[in-house]
Amino acid sequence: MKRAGFANYWLPILLLLPQLTIIAVFFYWPAFNAVQSSFYLQDPFGFGSQFVGFENYADLFASKEYAKVARFTLLFTLLVTATSLATALLLAVKADKVLRGARTYKTLLMWVYAVAPPVAGLMGVMLFDQNIGSVTDLFAWFGYDYRLGVNYWDTAFAMIIVSVWIQIPVNFIFFLSGLQSIPQHVREAAMIDNPSGFGRFWQITFPLLAPTAFFLLIINITYALFDTFGIIDTLVKNNPASNPMTLVYKVFVDGFRGNDMGGSSAQSVVLMVLVLALTIFQFRLLERRIHYT
Amino acid sequence: MANVSVKNIRKTYPNGTEAVMPCNFDIADGELVVLVGPSGCGKSTLLRMVAGLEDITDGELQIGDRVVNDLDPAERDIAMVFQNYALYPHMSVYKNMAYGLKNRGTSKEDIDHKVREASAMLNLDDYLDRRPSQLSGGQRQRVAMGRAIVRDPALFLFDEPLSNLDAKLRNQMRIEIRNLQRRLGVTAMYVTHDQVEAMTMADRIFVLNAGRIEQVGTPSEIYRTPASTFVASFMGAPPMNLLPATYNGNGSVHLNGETSLKVDAPKDHIGDIQLGIRPEEVKLATGKSATPFKLELIEELGASRLLHGKLAGHDFTVNAPNNDAPLADNLMLDIPSDALHMFDHETGKRL
Ligand SMILES: Nc1ncnc2c1ncn2[C@@H]1O[C@H](COP(=O)(O)OP(=O)(O)OP(=O)(O)O)[C@@H](O)[C@H]1O
Ligand SMILES: [Mg+2]
Repeated sequence: MKRAGFANYWLPILLLLPQLTIIAVFFYWPAFNAVQSSFYLQDPFGFGSQFVGFENYADLFASKEYAKVARFTLLFTLLVTATSLATALLLAVKADKVLRGARTYKTLLMWVYAVAPPVAGLMGVMLFDQNIGSVTDLFAWFGYDYRLGVNYWDTAFAMIIVSVWIQIPVNFIFFLSGLQSIPQHVREAAMIDNPSGFGRFWQITFPLLAPTAFFLLIINITYALFDTFGIIDTLVKNNPASNPMTLVYKVFVDGFRGNDMGGSSAQSVVLMVLVLALTIFQFRLLERRIHYT
Repeated sequence: MANVSVKNIRKTYPNGTEAVMPCNFDIADGELVVLVGPSGCGKSTLLRMVAGLEDITDGELQIGDRVVNDLDPAERDIAMVFQNYALYPHMSVYKNMAYGLKNRGTSKEDIDHKVREASAMLNLDDYLDRRPSQLSGGQRQRVAMGRAIVRDPALFLFDEPLSNLDAKLRNQMRIEIRNLQRRLGVTAMYVTHDQVEAMTMADRIFVLNAGRIEQVGTPSEIYRTPASTFVASFMGAPPMNLLPATYNGNGSVHLNGETSLKVDAPKDHIGDIQLGIRPEEVKLATGKSATPFKLELIEELGASRLLHGKLAGHDFTVNAPNNDAPLADNLMLDIPSDALHMFDHETGKRL
């Protein structure tokens, strides 16, 4: 194949320049800053800084508090990803069966996607509120004293529920379109070959859905790690100390509430490495992803 | 192996389409029945009802000695070959064939034995580890056949299994499927809209038209005595010539003022009729008693040639042997009286 080329060497660079500028200004520059300031200890009031080498990192990894947040982040990510994927898959399978009602069904589920995370957080606050929350009332009815923002696990529960709720629509739409792209005659052949609907799902439908599921897995992990910031912020705003938080939120709390710029920067560098690893993992697997047809 | 018995079976889709009108038929053990008809006539619907992939609106379906109306497809002891093969894209050829057996609790050794037997029969030995996407159309078709064979079902169902293949492969697979079915002795229903396939494969042909079974018969019955103008024009290539005519009751039909033809057996229907004449039952002639034919176009087919033109002012086709002789524009035709098919002018039914 003949490749189209540019006669002028500078033209492609010129064309790329706006994009490169944006990446440089909004990504490389702050990233570089973060890496740099992670090696400094900054005066909380901004009166200068002192080079400390890897001390910020050493403090970080020695910190019990950081380990606790990391453990919670892991648990949070696992639960949010698993629950939202499983729920969405279940809903999609049901919706796929009743194709005729699917439109209404889809719309009902999709509008949730339009809710901004902080607003969702706010709705969560209302639902789970100590005095007016209906979920709190429900728990009370079962004899449980639910306390959002006071009890660590109660808050975690609200965080997870709201995060899952927000993520379900996206997963649902992807799963549903994945399901609908499985050829009808393949399903029918399976109906003749396998009497068990459960078996058909796991042996035929699910493997054919695997590329979609894998893609969603990565999307959901990324979401749970990073995009839940708005929800967490709304839920724990008043009192972050005794409440659960994720690594991303801790960067913010340490940096902007605790004024520990060096430590906060070190944390963001750790997160950058994490994202990098995740991306490499995704690309590796995507490369090997089976193309069935 | 089993017979199939269908009583007053009917299908109305939820949107109100009456795809299959009430119909009755029996298929004998080991028989291959071909359902043929134009697009949209309900062939697939009928087949899918037998398979259990479509609900039966009304009527009773019996496979072997069981009424299977309420059984799931997997419980009906049938195997189906689809037009698009419907192979499982994520499974190897071997697993595709083994899947149906595995779910029926067949032992590993038995599965292996059956799959290898089928793959040998279908020349698939070299491809057992491949995915369907790594096979050619003909090979996929064979895998689909293999998947049906290994199950050793009571009934084979084929829904236009060859229509995605090229002409040559289609001819070859047609014969292969026919031979396999004979050898295995499994009852089969075969849907096609290709009348050559229907003629060559069938023990009996069901001609469907707009959700109704128009005629049931052996290929030669369908060809020799079509029950209606629909069957007459659908079965046979090139199709039967149909001409408006009048019958005077005393043994001859008039095409228009001058032209008339002798009829063998007198019929008691007097008046307007439709006259059917097969292109291949007409001969070029020179005699006085012959009928004049005005030639307009010649289509070379190799072994024979099609002469298109006008007979008594109506479009007419003659299938003449190809002897390379130059032809004049005005020819004479010898139309034997036993080549005449008479149909009702209005209903199109055979008289
Ligand atoms: N799911 C459905 N809902 C409503 N109408 C349907 C449905 N499937 C088929 N039909 C209608 O039923 C009639 C028969 O369809 P069917 O698929 O049996 O035709 P066919 O003879 O197999 O045609 P072809 O040769 O094109 O495959 C058609 O008029 C079709 O439009
Ligand atoms: Mg069809």
